Amino acid sequence: MMRLPLFEFRSPRTLEEAVRILDGQGPSTMPLAGGTDLLPNMKRRQQVPRTLMSLRHVESLRHVQLSDSGSRLGACLTLTDIAEDPRFRNGMTALAQASALVATPHIRNMATLGGNLCLDTRCNYYDQNYEWRKAINFCLKKDGNTCWVATGSSKCVAVSSTDTAPALIALGARVRLFSRSGEREVALADLYNNDGINYIKRRPDEILAEVLLDPLHGWKSTYWKLRRRGSFDFPVLSVAAAARFSTQGVVEDARIVVGSAASRPLVAGEASKSLLGRSLNPESIAEAAALAARIAKPLDNTDFDMTWRKRVTAEFVTYALRELRGNDMHVERESVTRHPLPQS
Amino acid sequence: MPNQKYTPDRPAKDSQANGEELRVIGVPRRRVDARAKVTGQTRFADDIFLPRMAHCKLLRSPHPHARIRSIDASRALAHPGVYLVLTGKDLPIEYGILPVSQDEQALCVDHVRHVGDPVAAVIAREELTAFEALDLIDVDYEILTTISDPEEALATPEPRIHDYGEEGNIHKRVALEFGDVEKSFAEADEIFEDIFFYQGSTHLPIEQHAAVATKDPDGKLTIWSSTQTPHYLHRALAKVLNMPPAHIRVSATPNGGGFGGKSDPFNHEIVVAKAALLLDRPVKICLTREEVFYCHRGRHPVLMKFKTGVKKDGSITGMHLQTLIDGGGYGSYGVASTFYTGALQTTTYHIPRYRFAGCRTFTNKPPCGPKRGHGTVQPRFGQEVQLDKIAEKLKLDPAELRLRIVEAPNTVTANYLRLSTVNLSECIRRVVKISDWKEKFRKLPEGRGVGIACSAYLTGAGLAIYWNKMPHSGVQLKLDRGGGVAIFCGATEIGQGSDDVLASIVAEVLGIDTFDIRLFTGDTDLGPVDLGSYSSRVTIMAGSAALQAAERARELLAEAVAIRLEVPKEQLRFADKHVFDSVVPERRVPFHEAVCLAEARFGTIGTVGSYTPPKSPALYKGGGVGPSPTYSYTAAVVEVAVNPVTGWITVPKIWIAHDIGRALNPPLVRGQVEGSVYMGLGEALMEEQEFRRLPKKLSHALVHKFPSMLEYKSPTSLDMPEVVTELVEEPDPRGPFGAKEVGQGPLLPIMPAVANAVYDAVGVRIDEVPITPEKIMKALAEKRAGRDPRCGPSHFPHVDWPEALRVPPPWEGGDGNAVNDVPRPSKPRPEKEKVLSS
Repeated sequence: MMRLPLFEFRSPRTLEEAVRILDGQGPSTMPLAGGTDLLPNMKRRQQVPRTLMSLRHVESLRHVQLSDSGSRLGACLTLTDIAEDPRFRNGMTALAQASALVATPHIRNMATLGGNLCLDTRCNYYDQNYEWRKAINFCLKKDGNTCWVATGSSKCVAVSSTDTAPALIALGARVRLFSRSGEREVALADLYNNDGINYIKRRPDEILAEVLLDPLHGWKSTYWKLRRRGSFDFPVLSVAAAARFSTQGVVEDARIVVGSAASRPLVAGEASKSLLGRSLNPESIAEAAALAARIAKPLDNTDFDMTWRKRVTAEFVTYALRELRGNDMHVERESVTRHPLPQS
Repeated sequence: MPNQKYTPDRPAKDSQANGEELRVIGVPRRRVDARAKVTGQTRFADDIFLPRMAHCKLLRSPHPHARIRSIDASRALAHPGVYLVLTGKDLPIEYGILPVSQDEQALCVDHVRHVGDPVAAVIAREELTAFEALDLIDVDYEILTTISDPEEALATPEPRIHDYGEEGNIHKRVALEFGDVEKSFAEADEIFEDIFFYQGSTHLPIEQHAAVATKDPDGKLTIWSSTQTPHYLHRALAKVLNMPPAHIRVSATPNGGGFGGKSDPFNHEIVVAKAALLLDRPVKICLTREEVFYCHRGRHPVLMKFKTGVKKDGSITGMHLQTLIDGGGYGSYGVASTFYTGALQTTTYHIPRYRFAGCRTFTNKPPCGPKRGHGTVQPRFGQEVQLDKIAEKLKLDPAELRLRIVEAPNTVTANYLRLSTVNLSECIRRVVKISDWKEKFRKLPEGRGVGIACSAYLTGAGLAIYWNKMPHSGVQLKLDRGGGVAIFCGATEIGQGSDDVLASIVAEVLGIDTFDIRLFTGDTDLGPVDLGSYSSRVTIMAGSAALQAAERARELLAEAVAIRLEVPKEQLRFADKHVFDSVVPERRVPFHEAVCLAEARFGTIGTVGSYTPPKSPALYKGGGVGPSPTYSYTAAVVEVAVNPVTGWITVPKIWIAHDIGRALNPPLVRGQVEGSVYMGLGEALMEEQEFRRLPKKLSHALVHKFPSMLEYKSPTSLDMPEVVTELVEEPDPRGPFGAKEVGQGPLLPIMPAVANAVYDAVGVRIDEVPITPEKIMKALAEKRAGRDPRCGPSHFPHVDWPEALRVPPPWEGGDGNAVNDVPRPSKPRPEKEKVLSS
């Protein structure tokens, strides 16, 4: 079997102790939450940290605070915690659905919200074990000089594969990053770079401690995910959509986010704007879908044919908006997910 | 507790046929190995830990095709914790599963043929140490031209991947003709020509291959391995290690699934055996999932061209089939696979004249071999999809068309396969009925559709892998004074239930409970040879051997009990752990007492049984592939839902009927049917053993696209549709208690039935697998543009076929021999040439 490389293990009890351990260590010390992404990567020698620092015993990272003035979610809540808690509904449905659609029950029991937000970008040339990567003389993202997806590219095009980030961006979330030198708040939409290597602005000495949400009165949200199987695949395209409606059903605010179509989640700004002041009807939905699909530029480094992924983007945006409008979408849902999902 | 009922006033009479009641056979029972499996106590190969055990890792070639100039292992040897480094020169003797393809070396000596070909082995105290030391071995390679597919292999005779075979990079070319096919086309009302492609796929057993070898205190070798064929591994080890076979013991541990992927002797098994002998300590290897993809031996990618002539009523006048096969880097079972792509076309529908030509090429990829349905799955797909096209053109219901042309039982086919029972018509009628076919076919709304397809499969290969006149399976029974019965047999439990088959047959004959039996199976020292768990052969062959051994034991017991009860022995019956007088059932002795009586009279009670398949009428060269004692039959209806915009496809329900002869343990039979449906759906919808060729200007790399269980897509239980299974039971006189096979046949109709259902749903033909949303969307676009609404290959490359061996079919005066073959030598030829032609 594939064995983990040897590493030193630390297990702090408080956030303060944790950031002290990270301080000045650079990427050689990595925080370990659920480990469902990092440990397999270590077996494949994609990351070989000298020290792993477990966050399991840092109690403050598991809190939930939901109030009329906004919500705070600890980064170490597991995806099961979120998917199964009925409080994460109404406005937050997209987050609950995204959490429920990550991998398998076993993985969701371990994997955390913060871990999913920090998920390493994925690529068929990179998510391979050491010997395989040796056979292609490695790649730009790790140990090599060429991006085999786009050999002319000087930039890594590995794919953002987080489910929860598009959902939370659609909900306007911010994250709180904590380090020994202080803390900062960043809009989640701004946390990511469109670069498969430097895909996240979190510094190695920072811990993504908390997700913050403004009040979501009047908001509805939904999350649609494309993957080969209903059981445990990473997304190869996702659409998160959230909208605030007037009592007459007119869209007062909207956010559409396309995931897994670049190295970061893509905010479909024009598509979102096109809905403002209109009700969701076949025309406005088709217009927004076409605008959102325009920004998706999938490449040949995930499952499914890239042209096909591009062509179904509009269809997925349509599904999401029709659901927000109140259409019964359970037939389409069952067809693409084969999975019971939290409903709003 | 076993759940068969005991009714003391109605003791079982004769257990074999005669219409009399069976008490074990056919009764739904808990399988004998169930408790160990569900409580996690089954000991798989990787569960074996021995004192002082060392761990082995293999250094594998990063190049698809290269010469090895030199290997320097000195740095690895100096690494702390490393005990031994082996390279090709330590194990130079060639081996391979087929005597005609002895083309593998445990560690490549001077030529690597695919990424993943092993070149060195490190044996160390810890697995991690062995892994780290791999990078310290310096190998100097000279890169050779990469050959990535059959067309490239045909066009690139040099460099040769192997220095044997037909010529260039063609491994095997065969051509057979049974009757004048051109004439049959002239007599046809319609001619259909279609080209299909069947993508390769791998077995994906949950258990990765693992092996542990140890040098016994007396210097002999024992190896435990997750192998389906301990006997063939035994032979390969004796050859490569140059040891007397009597000094080698192979014990097949229960396999966590095999499906054909553990049927070859493997390099890692030979390496740990050699290392254990040299180090005098146990050595273990457990492959990673990626390495299992490199062992492969899975489904061959096959391009095929069917030309079929039919009359207006649907009857077939003749068929011409050509196959071009991507073999990968080694021979494996490939010669047999090549023949199999043309062997079974004649077993389902009457084909009076038939021509077949097949060509297998070497390519720089992991070797292909036998996967569930071995070689017959690919052409079955083409044949059944073409039949759907024929039915549409002739304006016939495809189920009705099939019913018209089903082959008759007890027939010898055009290519001299002797059929026994054939209940395909009943299978078709059943699935038509339970699926409500007549209300659905061409009647469902746009986007919904149903498709039907059929198949046949061998119940055991008629010939062994190597030519010999000995039985294919043997069983020994030992009966002890406490009433215990021990079964000794080489048959290997790979999850299919072979242990339960043996126990149920012996229990039925001796009137005892399956849980009173001990099994010693899959061990070359403990039991007589069984050739292995492949070709759906265990139930009929080991089962028949067990039946014979049990009947012989019953005979001894009956004779002794007859004297005690003072009744004629013919009057005795065995049931409920007793031996009864069938006239006065109160007169009886307990089973253990019957054993004591027999032992007192005859001495220690042990009996043997063995099985040899009947002789085949196919006497022509190549006629060794395809014959079987009897064939199973299957029909399936698949319903699909296809999104007409995205091409997204789901399968909500499947109905399947299987001609099993008799179900020895019905839940196990249903499990095999449903397992086949699952595997078939994987091949139909998503599985691909696909390779990535990097841009040639920049790299010679040719790598498996996704050698992992995450990215090699195979359905999970959550992706499974509802499956309705019907078993058609007409006991076959050739099988034990009438049983035929079920392990492989039910897979075959699934893929073509999906393709035919897609056509019914959205009117497009996907003439290749997997049938993906991308391909459906492409074909839908063709349809909208008014072009041929189809996605599939359009061209079959030129192959220089040899002159066909002409064998007149039975109804044209043939005797099973080719009329234009060179006379067969009367003396046995050297072993290397003997296989498959005898």
